[in-house]
Amino acid sequence: MPRLKIDSTKRRNSELALLALALLLVLAYSATVEATMLDTITPDFWVPTAALAGVFLALHVVVRFLAPFADPVLIPAAALLNGMGVGFLRRLDLDDVSGVAEAADRGAFAGVGGRQLAWTLISVILAAALLVLIRDHRNVSRYSYTLGLGAIILIMIPAVLPAQYSEVNGAKLWIRFGSAFAIQPGEFGKLALVVFFAFYLVRKREVLSLASKRFLGIDFPRGRDLGPVLGVWMMSLLLLVFVKDLGTALLYFGMFVVTLYVATERSSWLIIGLVLFFGGVFLAYYLGELVGGPFANFYDRATVWLDPFGDIDGDGYQLVQALFAFGTGGLFGTGPGGGSPGIIPEVQNDFIFAGMGEEIGLFGLISLLTLYLIIVERGLRAALDVRDSFGKLVAGGLAFTLGLQVFVIIGGITGLIPLTGQTTPFLSSGGSSLMANWMLVAMLLRISDAARRPLASGGGLAAAPGGKPAPQQLHGAETEVIRP
Amino acid sequence: MNAPLRKASVVILVLFGLLFANLNWVQAAKGEEYRTHERNAFRLRDVEYGKQRGNIEVKAAGVSTEAVALSKGTDGRLRYQREYPFKDVYAHVIGYKPVYNTASSVERFENAYLSGQSDELFTDRVRAMFTGEESAGGNVLLSISKAAQETAYQQLKDNKLGVKVGAAVAIDPATGGIQAMVSMPSFDPTQLASHTKKDADAAFAALDGDKTKPLLNRAVADTWPPGSVFKVIDSAAALEAGRTPETMLKAGPSYVAPGTTHEITNASPSVCPQDQISMIEALTVSCNTSFSRLGVDLGRDVIKKKAEAFGFEDEALTCGNLKENNGLTVASSHVGEVANADGSEDKAAMAQTAIGQKDVRMTPLQGAMIAAAVANDGVQMRPYLVERLLGPDRTSTHYTVNPEELRRSVSSDVARDLQKMMQSVVVNGGSKSAQVPGYDVGGKTGTSQNGITDNHGWFVGYAMKDGKPISAVAVFLEAAGDGGSAEAARISGQILKAVTAERAGK
Repeated sequence: MPRLKIDSTKRRNSELALLALALLLVLAYSATVEATMLDTITPDFWVPTAALAGVFLALHVVVRFLAPFADPVLIPAAALLNGMGVGFLRRLDLDDVSGVAEAADRGAFAGVGGRQLAWTLISVILAAALLVLIRDHRNVSRYSYTLGLGAIILIMIPAVLPAQYSEVNGAKLWIRFGSAFAIQPGEFGKLALVVFFAFYLVRKREVLSLASKRFLGIDFPRGRDLGPVLGVWMMSLLLLVFVKDLGTALLYFGMFVVTLYVATERSSWLIIGLVLFFGGVFLAYYLGELVGGPFANFYDRATVWLDPFGDIDGDGYQLVQALFAFGTGGLFGTGPGGGSPGIIPEVQNDFIFAGMGEEIGLFGLISLLTLYLIIVERGLRAALDVRDSFGKLVAGGLAFTLGLQVFVIIGGITGLIPLTGQTTPFLSSGGSSLMANWMLVAMLLRISDAARRPLASGGGLAAAPGGKPAPQQLHGAETEVIRP
Repeated sequence: MNAPLRKASVVILVLFGLLFANLNWVQAAKGEEYRTHERNAFRLRDVEYGKQRGNIEVKAAGVSTEAVALSKGTDGRLRYQREYPFKDVYAHVIGYKPVYNTASSVERFENAYLSGQSDELFTDRVRAMFTGEESAGGNVLLSISKAAQETAYQQLKDNKLGVKVGAAVAIDPATGGIQAMVSMPSFDPTQLASHTKKDADAAFAALDGDKTKPLLNRAVADTWPPGSVFKVIDSAAALEAGRTPETMLKAGPSYVAPGTTHEITNASPSVCPQDQISMIEALTVSCNTSFSRLGVDLGRDVIKKKAEAFGFEDEALTCGNLKENNGLTVASSHVGEVANADGSEDKAAMAQTAIGQKDVRMTPLQGAMIAAAVANDGVQMRPYLVERLLGPDRTSTHYTVNPEELRRSVSSDVARDLQKMMQSVVVNGGSKSAQVPGYDVGGKTGTSQNGITDNHGWFVGYAMKDGKPISAVAVFLEAAGDGGSAEAARISGQILKAVTAERAGK
């Protein structure tokens, strides 16, 4: 198949070219930061970018051989975001460095930026390993129940752990090992949950979309089929209350409703979902106002959102500092290294977009947002193109969740919606988030490879190179029969 | 399943569209408002630190001045580093100018001039724009005397009682210019001005968390019971009511005010055990029983009015730049209510108030201002720190202080009687160590009980020559115990000597 080969090579070459461009931008960014902050460029300024280049190239090579038809834009877009994140965190470290000599003496892995660089290397290698291990995305469905159970455990652990082991800045999203190291299990739980949802819904879609009662002109599903949906809704609200985190709750719930909607093609699910979620949110708001207690946190956040300048030294402080940073950045920003991100609380985590916004301005932020949009829309594209339902739901669910997460955190720190703690994918400092997001990219690469691979003669998919033939039917996924 | 997927992708587009629109709103439409918000001002520090901040200078020998705060060029991103060459000595007067936090004292209230942003420096800025010279901040010259300040700092720090907390203030009675202002414990502002946020934050956290509150300027920002220093005010009220220094007052080992069983006694049985004592003698030996009785006889309203005439209950006093009327906020000194529940005069409280106990509270600056008013023939001058504002090139002067009368505390006749009485305290009483050979020195000690720690030691006094006041001081030693007021008197004498020596050398 000579034509086929040319196609994939072309695609991989454009990936390589885009990756080179992304790395060049990261290199230029690092140089500008040092020139601005230190008035000179240290001889080793290129080392972090070179380390990134090495590991991204390795991923590219793995993709070239094991997923040759994969979407060529995914890796460069994620790499550019990740590289800018590392560059910005290194820039934050420079705030605490006095003088050029100390800056030059720092190793590539020193400080928060250095740690992020190390996590990036690990995460990208993990993504590559995932591509090596999973030659066909459908194989993942074999572990769906394990993943589903694992997801619930991962998500619930921080909620039930005592606060001292699970709370960072008021959000119980962590498992802490001492003061130095903490993981955010929810980041991985999210991925596992999408896989489980996809598997569950492939089995249930007939039941859910056909058996229904008509009420007020809308088809509603049967009560017994609503169980899991209400279960997840309850879980979201419990998270909202106990994890004190609206963003995470919104994320899980949005994820489930959208995969449900995609699986059943029934807009009634969207309506039910929206009504339940906003109903829950309003309830939480008024309960917070009336009884406080576990609802107080959400009420406070909503109050800050409505008027951030009302309590400028208290609850509104974070958001106001972020708005100042955005405003100071204006259209073009103060230039890399030219701003004062150090005064924004949590600038290395939740507020990294605000810190960057001051320095790269509206145009820079729009570019970063566009990169996210590209990854999300390319993921949805893969979902459209892939032939099996499981692949569609996994790719669609993952891509949509990523987009929703970006919306929740960026919307939060720009005052569009109430602020809730979420990591900014590929940018925020932290290993859990990076690993999970690169695993997500690996899954999208795998599915987009399957989607774009030409059909072999005989109607089935051409087997992935080196892989075993994939199961023709989903493992244990026979469609349920409707009983009247 | 493709139709819902397409719709999901439209939903994502809409959500991102909202983000784009909102970013435009925040960064473009509201950008100017956020950028120029008053709480965002310190973001402009790159501009601020790109300019050399002016010096803060004090008076050295003769007509020369010496910089106690100055900015030096660095190779860092913030181009000028603030330095405080004398470390702890001037800390509370000049304050500090941190990069990431708010400034204090002179660094705060003269910030506009020091940083070159004030209206006075407009022409300098325009000239710099045309000549291409680097514009810089203006220089602030303080009324502080280097000799007095360093003596006050050293003497207070090395006090013979090992007291760790205290304050000293010296003021020119004729002008109100502060000659020395020391608060103890002091601090080194150098680290607070570090360009490395981590270091600056750590230094601030250490000082802010210190239980001895080194950042607090005790000379102006806190109050304590003045003890017998308050007898100067009783004396002033009595003289004004027609008594003379020679008027005989009832004395004795104890006094019980009407309506109470509380016994006022003297510091020791050897003090005024006799039935009668002249007022000048009563002040000289610090007779509690006669002054308590005098206070009760004169009455609450007379005493409170006189205290106010010396500056008590002044809620609005600042000490800094007279023209702008900004500066250090001076805590208000209080006499207390001295009232029963129905508002009538509480005579028992009055007996204690008259000897500076009960609810009487006073700042060290207030103490110095009492002595200054007495030395300046009864006129209290408004205290100030900023004497001159000198342009960046040091050729143009933008401001020279014009001393202001704050209030008349007593008539000049009463003032002269008070001088006579206070000089008797130093010459014949227990404060001989405050003496300065060749000068007329008057003063009053105070030992105040607070019921918790050892007694506080006070001394307020002044030095005059040929009827002209030269300096008034107050020294306070917290919880100094026995000998506190004597040590305060000795330190006051050292400060007065430093000022008079400097004046004589001119």
